[in-house]
Amino acid sequence: MSDQILAQPELAGVRIDTDSDDISRSEVILKGALAAGAVYGAMAVGPFVGRALAMSGGSDVDILNFALTLEFLESTFYKEAKGRAKASGDLKSLIEVIGRDEDEHVGALTETIKKLGGKPVAEPKFDFPYSGTAGFLKLAQTFEDTGVSAYNGAAPQIKSKEVLEAAGSIVQVEARHAAAIRLQNGDEPSPVAFDPALSEAKVLKAVEPFIQ
Amino acid sequence: MAVANKESALSRVAGDPVSRRKLLAVTGGSTALAAFLAACGSDSGTTTTTGSTAAATGGSGTEKFGKGDVGILNYALTLEYLETAFYADVVKSGLFKGSDLATIRKFGEEEAEHVTALTGFVKQMGGTPAPKPKTEFPLKSAKSVLELAATVENLGAAAYLGQAPYIKGASVLSAALSIHSVEGRHAAALNTLLGDSITPDGAFAKPAGAAEVLKSVEPFIVG
Repeated sequence: MSDQILAQPELAGVRIDTDSDDISRSEVILKGALAAGAVYGAMAVGPFVGRALAMSGGSDVDILNFALTLEFLESTFYKEAKGRAKASGDLKSLIEVIGRDEDEHVGALTETIKKLGGKPVAEPKFDFPYSGTAGFLKLAQTFEDTGVSAYNGAAPQIKSKEVLEAAGSIVQVEARHAAAIRLQNGDEPSPVAFDPALSEAKVLKAVEPFIQ
Repeated sequence: MAVANKESALSRVAGDPVSRRKLLAVTGGSTALAAFLAACGSDSGTTTTTGSTAAATGGSGTEKFGKGDVGILNYALTLEYLETAFYADVVKSGLFKGSDLATIRKFGEEEAEHVTALTGFVKQMGGTPAPKPKTEFPLKSAKSVLELAATVENLGAAAYLGQAPYIKGASVLSAALSIHSVEGRHAAALNTLLGDSITPDGAFAKPAGAAEVLKSVEPFIVG
Protein backbone atom coordinates (compact mmCIF):
# COMPACT_ATOMS: atom_id res chain seq x y z
CA MET A 1 0.00 0.00 0.00
CA SER A 2 1.30 3.45 -0.91
CA ASP A 3 2.61 5.48 2.01
CA GLN A 4 0.37 8.32 0.93
CA ILE A 5 -2.82 6.48 1.82
CA LEU A 6 -3.87 5.98 5.41
CA ALA A 7 -7.17 4.31 4.57
CA GLN A 8 -7.47 2.31 1.38
CA PRO A 9 -10.57 2.54 -0.73
CA GLU A 10 -10.71 -1.17 -1.51
CA LEU A 11 -12.69 -2.14 1.52
CA ALA A 12 -12.97 -5.77 0.57
CA GLY A 13 -9.24 -6.03 1.15
CA VAL A 14 -9.16 -4.32 4.53
CA ARG A 15 -7.78 -6.55 7.25
CA ILE A 16 -8.86 -6.13 10.84
CA ASP A 17 -6.53 -6.79 13.78
CA THR A 18 -7.57 -10.16 15.08
CA ASP A 19 -6.39 -9.54 18.62
CA SER A 20 -8.85 -6.72 19.15
CA ASP A 21 -12.25 -5.72 17.84
CA ASP A 22 -10.89 -2.61 16.22
CA ILE A 23 -7.74 -0.62 15.69
CA SER A 24 -7.47 1.85 18.51
CA ARG A 25 -7.23 5.51 17.68
CA SER A 26 -3.79 5.79 19.27
CA GLU A 27 -2.48 3.08 16.94
CA VAL A 28 -3.83 4.96 13.95
CA ILE A 29 -2.28 8.20 15.19
CA LEU A 30 1.07 6.48 15.69
CA LYS A 31 0.92 4.87 12.25
CA GLY A 32 0.00 8.24 10.78
CA ALA A 33 2.88 9.94 12.53
CA LEU A 34 5.32 7.26 11.37
CA ALA A 35 4.03 7.54 7.82
CA ALA A 36 4.37 11.31 7.88
CA GLY A 37 7.83 11.02 9.40
CA ALA A 38 8.91 8.57 6.73
CA VAL A 39 7.73 10.90 4.00
CA TYR A 40 9.24 13.94 5.67
CA GLY A 41 12.60 12.26 6.06
CA ALA A 42 12.69 10.75 2.61
CA MET A 43 11.73 13.76 0.55
CA ALA A 44 12.94 17.32 0.38
CA VAL A 45 10.00 19.46 1.36
CA GLY A 46 9.64 23.21 1.17
CA PRO A 47 9.86 25.49 4.19
CA PHE A 48 6.11 25.73 4.66
CA VAL A 49 5.62 22.00 4.69
CA GLY A 50 8.63 21.48 6.91
CA ARG A 51 7.31 23.98 9.44
CA ALA A 52 3.80 22.58 9.29
CA LEU A 53 4.98 19.04 9.84
CA ALA A 54 7.32 20.09 12.62
CA MET A 55 4.43 21.83 14.38
CA SER A 56 2.03 18.99 13.84
CA GLY A 57 1.71 16.89 16.97
CA GLY A 58 -1.48 15.13 15.94
CA SER A 59 -3.74 16.97 18.40
CA ASP A 60 -7.22 18.04 17.36
CA VAL A 61 -5.99 21.64 17.21
CA ASP A 62 -3.15 20.58 14.91
CA ILE A 63 -5.58 18.76 12.65
CA LEU A 64 -7.94 21.74 12.61
CA ASN A 65 -5.04 24.04 11.75
CA PHE A 66 -4.14 21.74 8.87
CA ALA A 67 -7.75 21.99 7.70
CA LEU A 68 -7.68 25.77 8.21
CA THR A 69 -4.64 26.04 5.95
CA LEU A 70 -6.54 24.26 3.19
CA GLU A 71 -9.62 26.38 3.73
CA PHE A 72 -7.51 29.56 3.56
CA LEU A 73 -6.20 28.29 0.24
CA GLU A 74 -9.67 27.60 -1.15
CA SER A 75 -11.15 30.82 0.22
CA THR A 76 -8.43 32.92 -1.42
CA PHE A 77 -8.62 30.91 -4.64
CA TYR A 78 -12.36 31.49 -5.04
CA LYS A 79 -12.12 35.13 -4.00
CA GLU A 80 -9.57 35.72 -6.75
CA ALA A 81 -11.61 33.63 -9.18
CA LYS A 82 -14.45 36.14 -9.12
CA GLY A 83 -12.25 38.33 -11.27
CA ARG A 84 -9.75 35.93 -12.78
CA ALA A 85 -11.83 32.94 -13.85
CA LYS A 86 -13.77 34.90 -16.49
CA ALA A 87 -16.88 32.91 -15.55
CA SER A 88 -20.46 33.64 -16.44
CA GLY A 89 -23.87 32.09 -15.82
CA ASP A 90 -23.98 28.93 -13.72
CA LEU A 91 -20.25 28.81 -13.14
CA LYS A 92 -20.22 32.40 -11.93
CA SER A 93 -22.97 31.57 -9.39
CA LEU A 94 -21.17 28.39 -8.39
CA ILE A 95 -17.95 30.31 -7.67
CA GLU A 96 -19.89 32.65 -5.39
CA VAL A 97 -21.62 29.78 -3.56
CA ILE A 98 -18.44 27.77 -3.07
CA GLY A 99 -16.43 30.84 -2.06
CA ARG A 100 -19.01 31.69 0.57
CA ASP A 101 -18.84 28.14 1.94
CA GLU A 102 -15.05 28.22 2.14
CA ASP A 103 -15.17 31.60 3.92
CA GLU A 104 -17.55 30.09 6.47
CA HIS A 105 -15.23 27.12 6.91
CA VAL A 106 -12.33 29.50 7.61
CA GLY A 107 -14.42 31.37 10.17
CA ALA A 108 -15.71 28.26 11.90
CA LEU A 109 -12.34 26.50 12.05
CA THR A 110 -10.70 29.65 13.42
CA GLU A 111 -13.39 29.94 16.09
CA THR A 112 -13.13 26.26 17.01
CA ILE A 113 -9.35 26.34 17.33
CA LYS A 114 -9.60 29.33 19.64
CA LYS A 115 -12.36 27.64 21.64
CA LEU A 116 -10.08 24.66 22.14
CA GLY A 117 -7.39 26.97 23.46
CA GLY A 118 -5.24 26.77 20.36
CA LYS A 119 -3.69 29.36 18.09
CA PRO A 120 -5.07 29.48 14.53
CA VAL A 121 -2.37 29.44 11.86
CA ALA A 122 -1.71 32.73 10.14
CA GLU A 123 -3.23 33.02 6.70
CA PRO A 124 -0.53 32.18 4.15
CA LYS A 125 0.02 34.16 0.97
CA PHE A 126 -0.94 32.17 -2.09
CA ASP A 127 -0.04 32.20 -5.73
CA PHE A 128 -2.36 30.46 -8.19
CA PRO A 129 -0.81 30.39 -11.63
CA TYR A 130 -3.66 29.97 -14.08
CA SER A 131 -5.43 32.00 -16.69
CA GLY A 132 -9.00 31.84 -17.88
CA THR A 133 -11.90 29.59 -17.15
CA ALA A 134 -10.36 26.28 -18.18
CA GLY A 135 -7.31 26.92 -16.03
CA PHE A 136 -9.48 27.86 -13.09
CA LEU A 137 -11.63 24.75 -13.42
CA LYS A 138 -8.63 22.46 -13.57
CA LEU A 139 -7.18 23.89 -10.37
CA ALA A 140 -10.57 24.02 -8.66
CA GLN A 141 -11.11 20.32 -9.32
CA THR A 142 -7.70 19.48 -7.90
CA PHE A 143 -8.25 21.56 -4.79
CA GLU A 144 -11.72 20.19 -4.05
CA ASP A 145 -10.77 16.54 -4.64
CA THR A 146 -7.61 16.98 -2.56
CA GLY A 147 -9.62 18.66 0.19
CA VAL A 148 -11.95 15.67 0.41
CA SER A 149 -9.02 13.27 0.62
CA ALA A 150 -7.29 15.47 3.19
CA TYR A 151 -10.30 15.51 5.52
CA ASN A 152 -10.91 11.78 5.01
CA GLY A 153 -7.28 11.11 5.88
CA ALA A 154 -7.19 13.30 8.94
CA ALA A 155 -10.61 12.61 10.43
CA PRO A 156 -9.91 9.14 11.91
CA GLN A 157 -7.17 10.73 13.99
CA ILE A 158 -9.48 13.27 15.59
CA LYS A 159 -10.00 12.56 19.29
CA SER A 160 -13.09 14.63 20.07
CA LYS A 161 -16.47 13.41 18.81
CA GLU A 162 -17.66 16.97 18.36
CA VAL A 163 -14.65 17.96 16.28
CA LEU A 164 -15.13 14.80 14.22
CA GLU A 165 -18.76 15.74 13.56
CA ALA A 166 -17.66 19.19 12.49
CA ALA A 167 -14.98 17.81 10.16
CA GLY A 168 -17.55 15.43 8.71
CA SER A 169 -20.00 18.24 8.08
CA ILE A 170 -17.28 20.14 6.19
CA VAL A 171 -15.91 17.26 4.11
CA GLN A 172 -19.36 16.43 2.79
CA VAL A 173 -19.65 20.00 1.54
CA GLU A 174 -16.20 19.80 -0.07
CA ALA A 175 -17.33 16.63 -1.82
CA ARG A 176 -20.41 18.47 -3.06
CA HIS A 177 -18.19 21.25 -4.35
CA ALA A 178 -15.96 18.70 -6.05
CA ALA A 179 -18.89 17.10 -7.85
CA ALA A 180 -20.23 20.45 -9.05
CA ILE A 181 -16.85 21.62 -10.34
CA ARG A 182 -16.31 18.29 -12.08
CA LEU A 183 -19.67 18.65 -13.84
CA GLN A 184 -18.59 22.11 -15.03
CA ASN A 185 -15.42 20.46 -16.35
CA GLY A 186 -17.46 17.84 -18.19
CA ASP A 187 -15.93 15.22 -15.87
CA GLU A 188 -17.48 12.46 -13.77
CA PRO A 189 -18.83 14.03 -10.55
CA SER A 190 -18.03 10.84 -8.66
CA PRO A 191 -15.10 9.13 -10.36
CA VAL A 192 -14.67 6.29 -7.86
CA ALA A 193 -16.92 4.46 -5.40
CA PHE A 194 -14.67 5.19 -2.41
CA ASP A 195 -13.00 8.58 -2.03
CA PRO A 196 -9.34 8.03 -1.19
CA ALA A 197 -7.71 9.37 1.97
CA LEU A 198 -4.41 11.24 1.84
CA SER A 199 -1.89 11.76 4.61
CA GLU A 200 -1.26 15.29 5.84
CA ALA A 201 2.29 15.17 4.49
CA LYS A 202 1.12 14.28 1.00
CA VAL A 203 -1.55 16.98 1.01
CA LEU A 204 0.82 19.66 2.22
CA LYS A 205 3.33 18.65 -0.42
CA ALA A 206 0.59 18.89 -3.08
CA VAL A 207 -0.46 22.41 -2.05
CA GLU A 208 3.01 23.71 -1.27
CA PRO A 209 3.59 25.04 -4.81
CA PHE A 210 0.72 27.48 -4.28
CA ILE A 211 1.99 28.85 -0.98
CA GLN A 212 4.37 31.77 -1.19
CA MET B 1 -46.09 8.08 4.94
CA ALA B 2 -44.49 9.65 8.00
CA VAL B 3 -45.11 13.36 8.39
CA ALA B 4 -41.83 15.14 7.93
CA ASN B 5 -40.68 18.12 9.94
CA LYS B 6 -39.48 21.05 7.91
CA GLU B 7 -35.92 19.77 7.83
CA SER B 8 -36.70 16.22 6.70
CA ALA B 9 -35.43 15.15 3.32
CA LEU B 10 -38.60 13.11 2.91
CA SER B 11 -40.69 16.26 2.56
CA ARG B 12 -39.41 16.43 -1.00
CA VAL B 13 -41.02 13.13 -1.82
CA ALA B 14 -44.27 14.38 -0.33
CA GLY B 15 -44.26 17.06 -2.97
CA ASP B 16 -43.01 20.14 -1.14
CA PRO B 17 -41.71 22.81 -3.47
CA VAL B 18 -38.02 22.59 -4.19
CA SER B 19 -37.81 26.33 -3.78
CA ARG B 20 -37.64 25.72 -0.04
CA ARG B 21 -34.19 24.20 -0.50
CA LYS B 22 -33.06 27.21 -2.49
CA LEU B 23 -34.19 29.41 0.37
CA LEU B 24 -32.25 27.27 2.83
CA ALA B 25 -29.17 27.65 0.70
CA VAL B 26 -29.42 31.42 0.78
CA THR B 27 -30.30 31.88 4.44
CA GLY B 28 -28.44 28.89 5.79
CA GLY B 29 -25.29 30.86 6.54
CA SER B 30 -25.64 31.96 10.11
CA THR B 31 -27.66 28.97 11.27
CA ALA B 32 -25.12 26.64 9.68
CA LEU B 33 -22.29 28.29 11.60
CA ALA B 34 -24.32 28.05 14.78
CA ALA B 35 -24.83 24.35 14.12
CA PHE B 36 -21.11 23.90 13.55
CA LEU B 37 -20.17 25.63 16.78
CA ALA B 38 -22.88 23.74 18.61
CA ALA B 39 -21.30 20.53 17.38
CA CYS B 40 -18.02 21.75 18.87
CA GLY B 41 -19.48 22.07 22.32
CA SER B 42 -20.72 25.65 22.50
CA ASP B 43 -24.36 26.33 23.35
CA SER B 44 -26.63 24.34 21.09
CA GLY B 45 -28.86 26.90 19.48
CA THR B 46 -30.11 24.61 16.72
CA THR B 47 -33.64 23.35 16.88
CA THR B 48 -33.66 20.93 13.98
CA THR B 49 -34.15 17.32 14.94
CA THR B 50 -31.70 16.27 12.29
CA GLY B 51 -28.91 18.35 13.77
CA SER B 52 -28.53 16.47 17.03
CA THR B 53 -24.99 15.99 18.22
CA ALA B 54 -23.64 12.69 19.45
CA ALA B 55 -23.70 13.99 23.00
CA ALA B 56 -27.37 14.88 22.77
CA THR B 57 -28.76 11.73 21.17
CA GLY B 58 -26.69 9.22 23.14
CA GLY B 59 -26.70 6.33 20.70
CA SER B 60 -26.33 5.23 17.10
CA GLY B 61 -29.85 3.80 16.93
CA THR B 62 -28.54 0.88 14.89
CA GLU B 63 -28.65 -1.82 17.55
CA LYS B 64 -31.31 -3.81 15.72
CA PHE B 65 -28.77 -4.34 12.92
CA GLY B 66 -26.12 -5.69 15.26
CA LYS B 67 -23.80 -4.70 18.04
CA GLY B 68 -21.51 -1.67 17.83
CA ASP B 69 -19.74 -1.15 14.54
CA VAL B 70 -21.32 -4.26 12.98
CA GLY B 71 -24.72 -2.69 13.61
CA ILE B 72 -23.66 0.57 12.03
CA LEU B 73 -22.17 -1.21 9.01
CA ASN B 74 -25.31 -3.29 8.57
CA TYR B 75 -27.47 -0.16 8.79
CA ALA B 76 -25.29 1.39 6.08
CA LEU B 77 -25.50 -1.83 4.08
CA THR B 78 -29.29 -1.73 4.23
CA LEU B 79 -29.28 1.82 2.86
CA GLU B 80 -26.83 0.84 0.15
CA TYR B 81 -29.06 -2.08 -0.85
CA LEU B 82 -31.92 0.41 -1.16
CA GLU B 83 -29.90 2.79 -3.30
CA THR B 84 -28.63 -0.02 -5.53
CA ALA B 85 -32.13 -1.38 -6.05
CA PHE B 86 -33.45 2.10 -6.76
CA TYR B 87 -30.87 2.85 -9.43
CA ALA B 88 -31.38 -0.58 -11.00
CA ASP B 89 -35.12 0.09 -11.22
CA VAL B 90 -34.50 3.49 -12.72
CA VAL B 91 -32.14 2.17 -15.38
CA LYS B 92 -34.71 -0.52 -16.29
CA SER B 93 -37.51 2.04 -16.48
CA GLY B 94 -36.23 3.56 -19.69
CA LEU B 95 -37.03 7.05 -18.37
CA PHE B 96 -33.51 8.32 -19.01
CA LYS B 97 -31.19 8.50 -21.99
CA GLY B 98 -27.78 9.86 -22.86
CA SER B 99 -25.64 11.50 -20.22
CA ASP B 100 -28.34 11.41 -17.52
CA LEU B 101 -28.62 7.65 -18.00
CA ALA B 102 -24.85 7.31 -17.86
CA THR B 103 -24.75 9.24 -14.58
CA ILE B 104 -27.51 7.13 -13.04
CA ARG B 105 -25.85 3.93 -14.19
CA LYS B 106 -22.51 5.01 -12.70
CA PHE B 107 -24.05 5.98 -9.38
CA GLY B 108 -25.83 2.61 -9.26
CA GLU B 109 -22.55 0.80 -9.92
CA GLU B 110 -20.90 2.71 -7.09
CA GLU B 111 -23.72 1.86 -4.68
CA ALA B 112 -23.33 -1.79 -5.67
CA GLU B 113 -19.62 -1.53 -4.84
CA HIS B 114 -20.61 -0.15 -1.46
CA VAL B 115 -22.87 -3.17 -0.92
CA THR B 116 -20.05 -5.55 -1.77
CA ALA B 117 -17.53 -3.81 0.44
CA LEU B 118 -19.83 -3.40 3.44
CA THR B 119 -20.95 -7.03 3.19
CA GLY B 120 -17.33 -8.15 3.20
CA PHE B 121 -16.49 -5.85 6.06
CA VAL B 122 -19.31 -7.17 8.26
CA LYS B 123 -18.26 -10.76 7.56
CA GLN B 124 -14.64 -9.92 8.36
CA MET B 125 -15.77 -8.57 11.70
CA GLY B 126 -17.55 -11.82 12.44
CA GLY B 127 -21.04 -10.41 11.92
CA THR B 128 -23.94 -11.54 9.76
CA PRO B 129 -24.56 -9.14 6.86
CA ALA B 130 -28.00 -7.54 6.79
CA PRO B 131 -30.31 -9.13 4.23
CA LYS B 132 -31.23 -7.46 0.97
CA PRO B 133 -34.65 -5.88 1.52
CA LYS B 134 -37.52 -6.16 -0.96
CA THR B 135 -38.10 -2.71 -2.34
CA GLU B 136 -40.52 -0.76 -4.49
CA PHE B 137 -39.94 2.75 -5.75
CA PRO B 138 -42.38 5.10 -7.48
CA LEU B 139 -41.15 5.76 -11.03
CA LYS B 140 -43.75 8.07 -12.52
CA SER B 141 -41.64 10.49 -14.54
CA ALA B 142 -38.02 11.42 -15.15
CA LYS B 143 -38.41 14.53 -13.02
CA SER B 144 -40.01 12.77 -10.05
CA VAL B 145 -37.36 10.03 -10.24
CA LEU B 146 -34.55 12.58 -10.23
CA GLU B 147 -36.15 14.25 -7.24
CA LEU B 148 -36.39 10.93 -5.44
CA ALA B 149 -32.78 10.14 -6.29
CA ALA B 150 -31.67 13.49 -4.92
CA THR B 151 -33.70 12.93 -1.77
CA VAL B 152 -32.24 9.48 -1.25
CA GLU B 153 -28.66 10.59 -1.84
CA ASN B 154 -28.92 13.69 0.35
CA LEU B 155 -30.45 11.50 3.05
CA GLY B 156 -27.77 8.84 2.60
CA ALA B 157 -25.00 11.37 3.02
CA ALA B 158 -26.68 12.72 6.16
CA ALA B 159 -27.04 9.16 7.46
CA TYR B 160 -23.32 8.44 7.18
CA LEU B 161 -22.49 11.79 8.76
CA GLY B 162 -24.88 10.99 11.58
CA GLN B 163 -23.09 7.74 12.38
CA ALA B 164 -19.51 9.01 12.30
CA PRO B 165 -19.31 9.91 16.02
CA TYR B 166 -20.58 6.45 17.06
CA ILE B 167 -18.09 4.39 15.09
CA LYS B 168 -15.43 2.82 17.33
CA GLY B 169 -12.96 1.27 14.92
CA ALA B 170 -10.62 3.54 12.98
CA SER B 171 -10.75 1.33 9.89
CA VAL B 172 -14.56 1.30 10.03
CA LEU B 173 -14.53 5.08 10.33
CA SER B 174 -12.15 5.40 7.38
CA ALA B 175 -14.42 3.19 5.30
CA ALA B 176 -17.53 5.12 6.30
CA LEU B 177 -15.89 8.44 5.48
CA SER B 178 -14.74 7.22 2.07
CA ILE B 179 -18.35 6.32 1.24
CA HIS B 180 -19.90 9.37 2.95
CA SER B 181 -18.12 11.84 0.68
CA VAL B 182 -19.13 9.86 -2.42
CA GLU B 183 -22.78 10.08 -1.37
CA GLY B 184 -22.23 13.82 -1.03
CA ARG B 185 -20.92 13.90 -4.62
CA HIS B 186 -23.97 11.98 -5.83
CA ALA B 187 -26.30 14.31 -3.97
CA ALA B 188 -24.68 17.42 -5.37
CA ALA B 189 -24.68 16.06 -8.93
CA LEU B 190 -28.37 15.18 -8.75
CA ASN B 191 -29.20 18.52 -7.14
CA THR B 192 -27.39 20.17 -10.06
CA LEU B 193 -29.41 18.18 -12.61
CA LEU B 194 -32.55 19.45 -10.88
CA GLY B 195 -31.35 23.04 -10.81
CA ASP B 196 -31.22 22.93 -7.00
CA SER B 197 -28.53 24.14 -4.62
CA ILE B 198 -25.55 21.78 -4.36
CA THR B 199 -25.48 22.49 -0.63
CA PRO B 200 -29.06 22.53 0.68
CA ASP B 201 -27.76 22.77 4.27
CA GLY B 202 -25.28 25.52 3.44
CA ALA B 203 -21.58 25.39 4.32
CA PHE B 204 -21.99 22.67 6.95
CA ALA B 205 -23.83 19.45 6.10
CA LYS B 206 -26.33 18.27 8.67
CA PRO B 207 -26.29 14.75 10.14
CA ALA B 208 -29.41 12.62 10.29
CA GLY B 209 -30.09 10.04 12.99
CA ALA B 210 -30.88 6.41 12.26
CA ALA B 211 -34.46 6.64 13.47
CA GLU B 212 -35.29 9.47 11.11
CA VAL B 213 -33.49 7.91 8.16
CA LEU B 214 -35.16 4.53 8.62
CA LYS B 215 -38.55 6.18 8.96
CA SER B 216 -37.92 8.05 5.72
CA VAL B 217 -37.05 4.92 3.72
CA GLU B 218 -39.69 2.71 5.29
CA PRO B 219 -42.23 3.45 2.51
CA PHE B 220 -39.88 1.89 -0.04
CA ILE B 221 -39.42 -1.41 1.81
CA VAL B 222 -42.17 -3.88 1.01
CA GLY B 223 -43.03 -7.38 2.16
